[in-house]
Amino acid sequence: MTRNVAVKVDHLYKVFGRKPKDAVEKLKAGLTRDQLPSSTTAAVIDASFEVLEGEIFVVMGLSGSGKSTLIRTLNGLWEATDGSISINQEELTGMSPARLREARRTKISMVFQHFALLPHRTVRDNVAYPLEQNGVPKAQRLAKADETLKMVGLDGWGDKMPSELSGGMQQRVGIARALAADTDILLMDEAFSALDPLIRREMQEQLIELQGQLGKTIVFITHDLNEAMFLGDRIAVMRDGQIVQVGTPEEILTDPANDYVAQFVQDVDRARVLSAGSVMEPARAHITEQAGPRNALRTMRDNFLSATVVTSRDRKVLGMITDRDALKLLRQGENSLSSKIKPLDTVHRDTPLIDLFVPSVESPLPVTVTDQDDRLLGVIPRVTLLAALAAATPPTEEMSVLQAPLPADVVDAALNAEGGE
Amino acid sequence: MDEFRIPIGEVADTVITWIVNNLNALFSVLRTIFDEMYGAIFAILDGPGWIVITILAALIALLSRGWKFMLGTIIGLVVIVGVDQWENAMSSLSLVLVATFWALVISIPLGIWAAKSDTFSALIRPVLDFLQTMPAFVYLIPALLLFRVGVAPGIVATIIFAMAPGVRFTELGIRSVDAEVVEAGQAFGSSPSRILRQIQLPLALPTIMAGVNQVIMLSLSMVVIAGMVGAGGLGGDVIKSLNRLDTALGVEAGLAVVIIAMILDRLTNAFGKHSGLFAKFRARKPHVDSVPQDSMNA
Repeated sequence: MTRNVAVKVDHLYKVFGRKPKDAVEKLKAGLTRDQLPSSTTAAVIDASFEVLEGEIFVVMGLSGSGKSTLIRTLNGLWEATDGSISINQEELTGMSPARLREARRTKISMVFQHFALLPHRTVRDNVAYPLEQNGVPKAQRLAKADETLKMVGLDGWGDKMPSELSGGMQQRVGIARALAADTDILLMDEAFSALDPLIRREMQEQLIELQGQLGKTIVFITHDLNEAMFLGDRIAVMRDGQIVQVGTPEEILTDPANDYVAQFVQDVDRARVLSAGSVMEPARAHITEQAGPRNALRTMRDNFLSATVVTSRDRKVLGMITDRDALKLLRQGENSLSSKIKPLDTVHRDTPLIDLFVPSVESPLPVTVTDQDDRLLGVIPRVTLLAALAAATPPTEEMSVLQAPLPADVVDAALNAEGGE
Repeated sequence: MDEFRIPIGEVADTVITWIVNNLNALFSVLRTIFDEMYGAIFAILDGPGWIVITILAALIALLSRGWKFMLGTIIGLVVIVGVDQWENAMSSLSLVLVATFWALVISIPLGIWAAKSDTFSALIRPVLDFLQTMPAFVYLIPALLLFRVGVAPGIVATIIFAMAPGVRFTELGIRSVDAEVVEAGQAFGSSPSRILRQIQLPLALPTIMAGVNQVIMLSLSMVVIAGMVGAGGLGGDVIKSLNRLDTALGVEAGLAVVIIAMILDRLTNAFGKHSGLFAKFRARKPHVDSVPQDSMNA
């Protein structure tokens, strides 16, 4: 599972204004950016991170946090003041302008917040623009442009002018243009921020789909935490020019590095970020198929349950059994549970919480979480699900039952009667 | 305080005298170029007779703006013929065309440079202020000294007087191109010259065209003054009528200047805009300003 590093940023500084090098020295000596003279602005301070091949790496921060400057140093639109950037193991800092242009043509392309399409060219010519810069013959680049437009769902729009398209479509053209360049790395600067929310969600889904197909490395800039959480394989949170935390969405949500991040993630739609696996609890009460009705009933009684999960020996979920059915089997003198096992819906551990509500309501049991081999990993009682959304500590008691358990004396009587024989 | 005198005038005089004495060869070459260009264009405009030129002008008017402008052009040109100013008008027009050509050849590159370099922009701004506000007559003095009486000093004075808006509008046009679009060019690895040609100039074109329009208008206003140095044309008649207090001649020549000015103004205004038959030929698709969002998934 070791993946190559596509972009490596090492102690990167970007300072605007007078005497930027001096400012970097001062920052390295421990001054904060507010202590610098007013003629200089430190936009990026000591940023270090690695973006792996084929991952969506999101840089998230509020406006003025330096994220737009950071992304522009990655393709050399801004020259780094100090530190280094390498793209596919090739050092970008200190490259000659001509080499830098070549790197931009062949390695890194970019999608812009306000689309930045050429308004005087057709959609097709816009998409073909990077190829034109690469010297691809006209017929070939137009064919490639059409192919790429198809990929983003704009088949047949090639002859239109950009102004004839809606915002969402224009940004698809922007994405198509970046894809047509056929670079491994895509920089996306607030690419969906100018779109209205419904279209934004659609574009996010499409981006993930495209990334799945093409395996591009994407560095995505956003100020929208929900977007960051939705898109990012990993997220870097920026504040005042510094990267305060790098981690997976769940790490950032469940283990914020400081108060700032914690405050920031307060408003996030946790239901979409957290997965079943991250909130589940150990399944304390489950029985194997071989256990028999007696053990099943005993387990349920001890745990105050009216039903429980039945697994095979290797923890594969087979279904569930209710206490009433177990009791019947016991009374009938059956030794196996198999005749009364009812089907049980399970969820995969990567399922986001948002998709657990319906199963949680419909199932008589806590939602059962499994791995890809359908093995039991844990359970999510309703209370745990709600607590996870509230960011509170999950309760210790399982409280999810549709039907009250059988009175203990009835069970005891039955157990004793059978046991007495 | 009687002795306090800054000898700017003397310095200017010395400089011009030095130039006249030492760079005479250069100026006679320039003079020949201007004279030849003027002569060639005048021959084209005046040679075929007013009917041919009027028909051609009407056609251009139709293509650039439409039939109303065509009608106005025809009426205007017929009026010029009617007041017996055709030859003068063609002479002045030739002078304007030559002066405008050179003014643009000089001012557009300067404007591009000014857009690229803040330093140059800061340097050239006071120069442009100077060129635009210095009374136009003053240019005639060195022009006369350097080029002697004739069309050339008129053209040179016109170029100097008229080029300022060319620089200003070109700079403004390029600077106001959406920075993100230019950045897109850079991000896809285009060279600065390609960005200039493929992005900045095409997008700055409407503004540059407004500058061209201003250059032409200023050239025309200078034409009358150029008449004083023997450039002839409508300006010659205006100056003549001024000397003789001849109202009739003055009004007729002045009216011809106004008519030429209006035609050129409307014509250059149409450049860079989508109007007239020409635009209809060119347009591949009807232009829609916005498409409703719900067509998104079409």
